[in-house]
Amino acid sequence: MTTQSKRAGDGTADSHAFPTRPYDLVKEFAIALAAMVLLTAILAAVFSSPDDKAITLQSWARATPNDVVATAAAELAGTSGTAGYGPPYNSAGQGQNIGPLHLQRWAGVQIPIHAANDLVIAPLRSLSADTVVAAALSAWDSASSDQQQTWASNYSDALSAATDGNPTAVAAGEYGPVPVLANGELTLALNGALEGLLASQSTFYANDTTKPLLLLADGSYLTDQARAQSLGGDQWGMMNETGNYPGQPWLWGYTLWYQVSPFSTSGNADALIWGLMALISLALILLPWIPGLRKIPHVLGVHRLIWRGAHAAKPSSQRDAHSSRRNE
Amino acid sequence: MVCGEQRRICQGCSIGGRSLSRRSLTNDGPDVISVLGAAYYLHWGVVRISLGNLTVIGAMLVLFVLAVVLPFPRVKAADVREPVEPAPDLPANSDKNWTARLRHRLSRAVPSGQILPDRQPVYVASWIYVFGVLSLAGFVVVVATGTILAVEGATWWHTSATGHFVNSTHLWSVELFFAVMVIHLWGKFFMAAWRGRRGLTWVTGMIAFFGSIGTAFTGYLSQSNFDSQWISTQAKDGLNGSGVGAFFNVLNGSQMLLWHVTLLPFLVGVLVILHVILIRRHGVVPPIGASLAVTDAPGDPVDGDQVDGDQVDAHELIAHELIADELIADRVSS
Repeated sequence: MTTQSKRAGDGTADSHAFPTRPYDLVKEFAIALAAMVLLTAILAAVFSSPDDKAITLQSWARATPNDVVATAAAELAGTSGTAGYGPPYNSAGQGQNIGPLHLQRWAGVQIPIHAANDLVIAPLRSLSADTVVAAALSAWDSASSDQQQTWASNYSDALSAATDGNPTAVAAGEYGPVPVLANGELTLALNGALEGLLASQSTFYANDTTKPLLLLADGSYLTDQARAQSLGGDQWGMMNETGNYPGQPWLWGYTLWYQVSPFSTSGNADALIWGLMALISLALILLPWIPGLRKIPHVLGVHRLIWRGAHAAKPSSQRDAHSSRRNE
Repeated sequence: MVCGEQRRICQGCSIGGRSLSRRSLTNDGPDVISVLGAAYYLHWGVVRISLGNLTVIGAMLVLFVLAVVLPFPRVKAADVREPVEPAPDLPANSDKNWTARLRHRLSRAVPSGQILPDRQPVYVASWIYVFGVLSLAGFVVVVATGTILAVEGATWWHTSATGHFVNSTHLWSVELFFAVMVIHLWGKFFMAAWRGRRGLTWVTGMIAFFGSIGTAFTGYLSQSNFDSQWISTQAKDGLNGSGVGAFFNVLNGSQMLLWHVTLLPFLVGVLVILHVILIRRHGVVPPIGASLAVTDAPGDPVDGDQVDGDQVDAHELIAHELIADELIADRVSS
C-alpha cells in the first residue's frame, strides 16, 4: 500500500491506515445515554420547567379593557399592525425587503386577513340578539368604506386623546357606530367567546390560532407583559425564557443583530437579519470549501491541545524509535 | 431553588474583563434568586443576558476547556495494533438484479468492520470525542421524552403534575442536547474535521444542528402558553420578511405542532443517521499534523494550500508511522 493511496486529495491520511487501540463504541453509547438520562431527570426534578399561562382574550379584557376597545377601533380604522401589515395577510403594505429583493411581497397574500371584517365585524355578527350591536352593524354595512374609515379613525384618535384611553372619557365627535362595535368586541372578550369566534369562523375545530394571536398582538397588553419579563426584541428576548430559566441560548448569534446599528433602527431589520443569518448559516455549512475560512483551525492551534501527543514529539527521532521497536 | 444572593452574583460576574457593578444587575424581584421567581439579567453594553442563559453558556465553555485539557486514559503498548487491511468489496451478483445491486451498494457504504468498530485509531485519545456520542444519546432522550408528551397530547402537561415533570425532562434534555452538540461542533471545528473527503460529514452535521434549532423553535411555539404566544407573534415578522412566513405560519399552533413532532424530528433523525454513517465510512479525522500538502482533488475540501511548519518532516513519512510513534512515545505505559 503506497503512501499516496492512503491519503485523500487534500493530503489527509486515511484514518483506517493508523494503528488502533481498543474502543467499545456500544459501551460508550450506553454510558452516555445513562448519563444524559440521569442528568435530565435530576435537572427536571430540581428545576422543573416554566409554564406561564397563556393570555386569554378574556383575561386581556379584564386586565386592560381600554386596550381591547382601542385595538378594536384600530382594526376598524385600518391602523392596527395587522390591518397595515401587507403580505402574507393583505395588500395594505409593501412588507420588508432586502435591497431589491422583495421576498415578502413576492410570496404573496397566502393567509388572507381583513382586519376589520375578520377580527371585529365577523365575531360581532354572532351577537344577533343584541339589538344595539345589530343596529350598529347595519349602519356599518350600509356606509361607504371611506365613511367607515373616517368614523373609526376619529374614534381611535379620540381614544388616544382621552385619559387612559377610557371610552367613557372620549369627547363627543363623529364616530358613527364604531363605539358600539368596539364595545361589543370588549363584551365578547369579557364573555370568553372571542377566541372561539376568531379561531373557528369556518370550521368546528379551532386549530388555527392565527387570528386571535394577531388581535392580541395588535394590542399593547401582550407586549407590556413580555417586556416586563425581558422578552422584548431589543432585550435579547428571543433567547430569553420567563423567570430564570435558560431559554434558547443557541440563538445568541441571531438575537445579537437586533441590538446593534443599523439593524436596531431599520424598518427592514427582520428581512435584513434573516438574510444575513441565511448567509452566515450557508457559510458555516459550506465552510470546508471556503478558502481562508477553512484554514482558521490551523491558525488557532487548538488542535495541538486536542492531539498534543502527536504534536509534542519529534518525527525523526520517533521514526527511529518506532523502527527499533518493530525490529524487536 | 435558591442559588444565591444578589450581592454574591454581582461580585462574581464580569464580562470582557469589566466587572459588573451592582447597578448593572437588574433585579425586578426579591433578593433571593429563584429559578421559579423573578428573573435576573446581567447588562454590559448592548449585551443583556439572563442568569439562566449565562449559566448554560458558561458551563459549556468550561466543559469544552476541560475536554480539551484533561488527559485521556493512556493506552497500553500491548493494546496497540497495526491497521488491518480492509476486506475487498463484494462483487455484485448481477447488474440487472435490483436487490443485489442495492445490497452491493449498502455493503460498500461503510468499510468492512467499521459500522460498529471495537477499535479506533490511536489518535482518538481526547475527552472532546465523547461529545459526539453524548449528542447522539441526547437526541435519543429528547425524542423519548417528547414521545411520552405526544402520547397524552399537547395540553396534558398544563393540567397534570406527571405531565409537567415529563415536560421538564423534555426541556432539560433539549438544553443538554444543545450544550453537548455545540461543544461537539466546537471540537470538530478546531480539528478542521472536514479534511480528507469529510466535507459531507460536516455538512450533514451542520444541517442537523440548524434543523435541531428549528425543531426546538417549533417546540417553543407548541407549548400553548404565554411563551408560545409571545414567541410566535414576534417570530412571524422575521419569517414573513423573508417570504417563508407565507407558508410556514408560526401563528398557527396546529401547523407548528405537526412540524415539531413529525417533519423536523424526521429530518433531523435522517441527517443524524447519515452523519453517523459518513463518520463510520471515513473514520475519525486524523490530526492536522499528519496531513500532507498534495495536489487538490476536484470537489474535495482542500486544506493543503500551504505546508504547515509541523508538516515539513511528514513528507517523508507514512502518516500512521508519524502519529503512531508520537502517541506511543507519549502515552504508552510500559
